Parts: sequence; structure tokens; C-alpha cells
Amino acid sequence: MLNSFMSYLGSTVTPGEAGNQFWALIYVLIIFTGVSVAVICMNWLERKALAHFQVRLGPMRVGPHGLLQPIADALKLMLKEDIIPAEADQFVFWIAPLIGLLAAFTVYTVIPFGPSQAVSDMNIGILFMLGVSSLGVLGIVVAGWASNSHYPLIGALRSSAQMVSYEVAMGLAVVSAILMTSMNASGTGTLSMIGIVQAQQQQGVWFIFKFFPLGFIAFAIFAIAMVAETNRAPFDLAEAESELTAGFHTEYSGLRWSLFMLAEYAAMIAVSSIAVTLWLGGWMRPFPNLLHAPAWDFIFSLFPGITFGGLAAIAFIGTARMPSHSFFKIQRIGLAVFAALLGFLALLLLVIAVAGRSADASLAARFREGIDYVYWFVLKVAVFMYLFIWYRATWPRYRFDQLMKIGWKVMLPISIGVLMLTAIWALVEPPLWEWMRAHI
Amino acid sequence: MNVNDDTARSHLDRSNLDRSNLDLETPEKPYLDANELIINMGPQHPATHGVLRVILKLDGEKVLGTECVIGYLHRGVEKIAENRTYTMFNPYVDRMDYVAAVSNGLGYCEAVEKLMNVEAPARAKYIRVILTELNRVASHQLWLGTHALDIGAMTPLFYTFRDREEILKIFERYCGARLTTHAFRIGGCQYETYAGFEKDVKNFLTFVAPKIDEYEELLTTNRIWLERTKHVGVISGADCVALGVTGPVLRASGVQWDLRKAQPYAAYSDFDFEIPIGENGDTYDRYLVRMQEMRQSLRIVEQAVNAIPEGPIMAKVPKVIKPPVGEIYHSIEAPKGELGYFIVSDGSTQPYRLRVRPPSFVNLQALDIMVRGALVADVIAVIGTLDIVLGEVDR
Repeated sequence: MLNSFMSYLGSTVTPGEAGNQFWALIYVLIIFTGVSVAVICMNWLERKALAHFQVRLGPMRVGPHGLLQPIADALKLMLKEDIIPAEADQFVFWIAPLIGLLAAFTVYTVIPFGPSQAVSDMNIGILFMLGVSSLGVLGIVVAGWASNSHYPLIGALRSSAQMVSYEVAMGLAVVSAILMTSMNASGTGTLSMIGIVQAQQQQGVWFIFKFFPLGFIAFAIFAIAMVAETNRAPFDLAEAESELTAGFHTEYSGLRWSLFMLAEYAAMIAVSSIAVTLWLGGWMRPFPNLLHAPAWDFIFSLFPGITFGGLAAIAFIGTARMPSHSFFKIQRIGLAVFAALLGFLALLLLVIAVAGRSADASLAARFREGIDYVYWFVLKVAVFMYLFIWYRATWPRYRFDQLMKIGWKVMLPISIGVLMLTAIWALVEPPLWEWMRAHI
Repeated sequence: MNVNDDTARSHLDRSNLDRSNLDLETPEKPYLDANELIINMGPQHPATHGVLRVILKLDGEKVLGTECVIGYLHRGVEKIAENRTYTMFNPYVDRMDYVAAVSNGLGYCEAVEKLMNVEAPARAKYIRVILTELNRVASHQLWLGTHALDIGAMTPLFYTFRDREEILKIFERYCGARLTTHAFRIGGCQYETYAGFEKDVKNFLTFVAPKIDEYEELLTTNRIWLERTKHVGVISGADCVALGVTGPVLRASGVQWDLRKAQPYAAYSDFDFEIPIGENGDTYDRYLVRMQEMRQSLRIVEQAVNAIPEGPIMAKVPKVIKPPVGEIYHSIEAPKGELGYFIVSDGSTQPYRLRVRPPSFVNLQALDIMVRGALVADVIAVIGTLDIVLGEVDR
């Protein structure tokens, strides 16, 4: 046991590849907890950010600045009566949220948080990912059908049509990114998620900037399709509350409803992770090839500590600005403790950055590297999460036929065009360089 | 086109309105075989603006027919009027269109004044115009927020509520109430303006003008907004006239008809303002018309507050109001359309019969011909754009 625990520590591959089931299990647990915590944080952040877009405060009462609100909500949802409508198909009704949840979480097995920070590096990683994430629609369709009610049925029909249509454009955009991975000496591309990021590192460019503007267009198509894929505004027709009350989950309540929400947010993070991996250099920090001196490494490794330090500073300022009335005493203390916790984390990260600054293979250095990878990856994903909230605050909702029109008549032709142009460019560029080198 | 043109009235396509072949309650086929889906939207639904119930007959997403069921908020206001004195009934009218209570009060007070042959003093008329126009802005703001929310844009709702609050504050300082104001009395106004009223109103004018631009920035050129509102819920001017539709809905269809100009009441003839009209009669035009109307209302308020005359605020009205035997119909341009009061007096202290012509109720008739053949999402957009208040529809 101890042997298998220790034997992996020096390894530079994922536990899946190393065949170490024990560590794979640990990674799975870490990722599951991490994603659940991220969903909770996202819940709070969405409510606060959305509130500030809309000139209001958002949750303020449960904990300082509503920090405990997601936990209170989760508790409330768990304690609610478990209602299954009498006319519903009981078993299917019961299993539908689990399908969605399973699909959303299974995707995380192949998401590379770093070159060895993934559960497994499948050689068909991106295929697996697209396949599993599109299973999520099954949960929604089945939920709408099993509810045996009109609004959920319409919601489910809308969402299945929508997800299937946008999957096509999304897949083609992904293919054009995969084509780019083959732009190396051997001319072979890769479907492995880790391989795709490494290809970006070797070619010295994030794929969003590759073959400009083709990479960017493909990325934009993916970024639009992924919003539709996760049923978020402005494509949230499946749960359009002003039309279909709550869409496919109208009949759901309590824990089952919260599972749908968990699945939705987990899916949002998952598709953002795909976008980051394919186009934004995955775990790589900015300019890894240009600024590759150890000094730069050290400077960039300070970022996680600085970020948490900044958050701690914001929390401290918040504490200082709280009203001094004795009613707010508990809230003040709570926020101060939270700030201190963030400050402690910042300190810890800085200590790790300093301790692991040597580029050798010591444990501290490996640990520091791992933190860096995860930090840059999460930061990029967080940008997408913010965009999701921003979209929701700004845009009205599309109508069903308009949504279909955009999917089939706009996005699909563009993505096919981009794919073909990328292929042509990939074919033409290397010989062109050869010719130019020879003749000019 | 001119509303007095009689030929316009014959243009209504009756076949559109014929519902004889449409039995909404019982689908002909068994449930699983049926291509048609009957769904019941409301009375508890987030986007039916209260307790409107619309029975939709759907083919997939397409609307084959609608049937409005109303009456869930019926309180018998007209019957109550027969058992109250003229003065006692005054607060009840505020409860009909509760987002534009000031307009309701104005219509009622003017109708009774006309019946009694009394005229409110000039100062009272100006105060009435200022408050009514402010109320029009508030009503349109509430409409905009909820309409945008129905179409999926959440944020305008909060912006409009933030700004509407300033109007409600002025109402509160003037008469103590924010929503059901009961601001006017038969014969004038009960309250003199408070110290700083004019300053408050002027401050509001400078405050809200850029805010209206802000709403427009969010929506007017927004691609999604355009797609959701253009060519949605189209109704022609002739259909509007035939159905008795009034207010911004009528004007957006290109009919220049505004009672403030057509038969000026209160002090409207003193002010310079325009009647914005649309061309296509679609949801987008109605949106533009209402946005323009807000600006025009601000113009009226600005002129009124700068020229507000001194003098008494109440005409000589007997303590016990006993209008002479007779009947009267008086209508005003409420934010939602023509709000009329028909009062029959038998010479006693109570109306013999009081009939309200509520704009929302009449405008709601247009729902069916506006959404036939459209999609479910359009029904929501059209209910929003008709700007109905169920308190007024059901009374």
C-alpha cells in the first residue's frame, strides 16, 4: 500500500498511464471535491456578480456578504420533501438527474490540469470528452419525458434539438483545432488532451492565434456552441422561465433539482476546460517559450500567492468597511477569519513558490510546478465562467427557430469553411516555407 | 390614417377571429396520437403579468389558437361604485390599474367634474398634468422592465425599478402613498405641493433622461432584441381600430390617435409635445413608441413645472356631491390607452351606474390575432408588449 503510494510520487505521467489505481482514485476524489467546491463558489459568485451588474447587492445576510448562502441553500434543498409527481414515470424520473450528473462529472477524468495532473491521458481524450458530455442531453430529455407534463416536455424537446444541432458545429470547430496539432515535423496530430496542449507548446503558439484568424474563428464558434450546449443564456430555452416556467425541471424539487443545477454548472466548467485546453494553451503560463529563464519561472510561480493575497486584501478591506454597529459583530469576525484564511493560503503558496524555485526534481519543485499548472488552468477557466455570467446579465433570450437558424445556417457553414481553410493552410504552409527558404 | 375614416373599420379580417372550428378544451384525438397540444398558460405563470390564463393550442412550438380566460382578479369595482358616494369611490379606481393609479384618479375626477359642471382651477390642472405624466413614465418603466424580462433580458428590470423609485418618492412626498396614490379630489387636488416639489421634479427630469438612453443602449440595437421583437405580434392599424385597441399599441400601428391631442383634457392644450407613431405595428415599434412617449412625457412635465400658475387648488364643490340627473362619458389617455368612465347619475349621492372602459381589457382582445401562427415565445412577448394589468382587465 505504502509502496504503491510512494512509487508514483517521482513519476511524470498521469496515474492512468502509470497504471497506479490508488493514485487515480485519489485524483478522482480530489477532482470531484474540487469541482463540487467550484460549483458552490460559482453559485455564490454568479449571484453576487449578477447582482452587481443589476445595481443590487445580492445575498448579504447569510454569513458576511452572503458567503454561506450556497451552503444554506444546499442544506435547504436537501431537507426539502422529495416529491415525485403521481403521474410521473417513477424510475426514469428518479434516474434522470443522475444521468446528467454522471455525464458532467465523467468528463473530468481526461481534463488535463497539468502534464501529469489528470486522472488519465487517453489517446482519444477529446473524442471521449465530446461523447460523454453530449450524454448530458439524455438526462434532460428523459427528465422532461418522465415528468409527464407539458412544460417539461416542451423544454426537453427544445433542449434536445438545440444540443444536437450545436454539437455539429462544435465538433467541426474541434476538428480544426486537432488539425493544427499535426503541424510538426512528423506530421502526426493527436487526440490526447495532454498531447494537444503539448503541441501548442512545441509550436510556440496558442491555437487561438494559430493561422490567424482561422484559429480565432474556430474558437469563437466553439465558445458560442458551448453556451448553447450547456443551456445557458442567451440560449437557455430549455429552462426559459418566462415561457416554460422552469422548462425540463419544472416538476423537480429539492435534492433532485439541485442535482440538475450541479450538473449544469459542472458541465459549464467542463466545456470551458475543453475550450481552454484546445485553444488557450491549457495549463501553460503566458509565454512559456519566450520567457523561459528560471527567473521568469520564479516570477510566474508567485502569481498564485499574489492572487490569494489580493483576495485576502479585498476581504480585509470589506471587513474594515463593515458598519461598526454591534449587530454586525459576528459578520465582521466571520469576514476577518475568512480574510485571514485567504491570507494564510497566500502565504503558504508563496512559501511553496520560494521553496520550490530550483528547477530540480525535488518534491517541493514538483509540487510548486503542479500548483502553477493548476493555477493557470483554473484562471483561464474562470474567465469563461465570468463570461457566462456576463452573457446572462446582458442578453435577451433567442427564440427557438432563431436558435436553430443560427446553429444550422450560420455556425455550421462557417465551421465547415474554417475547417477546410485550416486544412488547406496546413497543407500549403510547410512547402511554402521550404520554397521561400530555398529561393529567398 | 385617420381614425374617423369609416372605411377603415370594415377592413378587419373576420375569418381570423372566427373561433367556431376551434374547440380548445377537448382535443379530438387521443393524447399520444395528437399532433396538437393544449397547454394552459396561467393563471399561475411567471410571464402572464398577474393572473391571466391563456389556453394555447400548439402544434409543436407553433400556436394554432389561443383563448383568454379572465376574471381571476374580479372584485366588482363597478358594482361597488353603486354603493358608495362619489367621494368614497375615488380611492377604488386606484386599485384598477395599480401601476398607473394617478391616471385612473384623474379620469374619474374629471368625469365627475364634467357631470357636475365644475372645472378644476388652473393650478390644480397643472399639478394633475405633472403627476399624471410622471405616472406615465413610471408605468412605461415598469412595462419595459417586465417586457424585457419576459424576453429574457434580466437587467433592464432592475434599472427601471431603480429609476421608477424616484417617481414613487415624489408621489410619497406629495400625498403619502406610493402606488395607490389617491392624489386628486373631485374639483381639484386636496394637497398643495410640498416645499421643494418643483425642485424634486426638475431633479428627476435631469436624472431620468440619461437613464432612458441607458435602457435604449441595452436593447434598441441589440441583435437578439431586434430578432425577438421585429415582425412579432404584428397588427394593422385597421385591425386596431376595429377591435377598439388604443394607446401605444394603436399608435405603433401608424394611427395618430392620442386623446391628449384629439380631445385635450386637464391642461394638455397648453403644452407642446409630439405623438410618436410607429409604422409596422410590431413589438419593436411598440417598444420604440413607448420609449419616445417617456421622453415626450418628460417634455410635458418640464413645461408644466416651469409654468405652474399660482392660485387655489380646489374649485367650489359642495360638501355632499350630488350631480344633476344625467349621464356622462369622459375618457383620458392613460399610459395603456383610452381610459373611459361612463357615469349615470340619478341625482343622488351615489352613481346609479358606473362603467369603466379599461384600456387593458380592450387591448387584450388583440392577443389572439397577434399570436396566431407565431411561436410560444412570441405569445410571451406579445402579452408583454400589450402592457396589460390584470387588476384593470378584471376590475
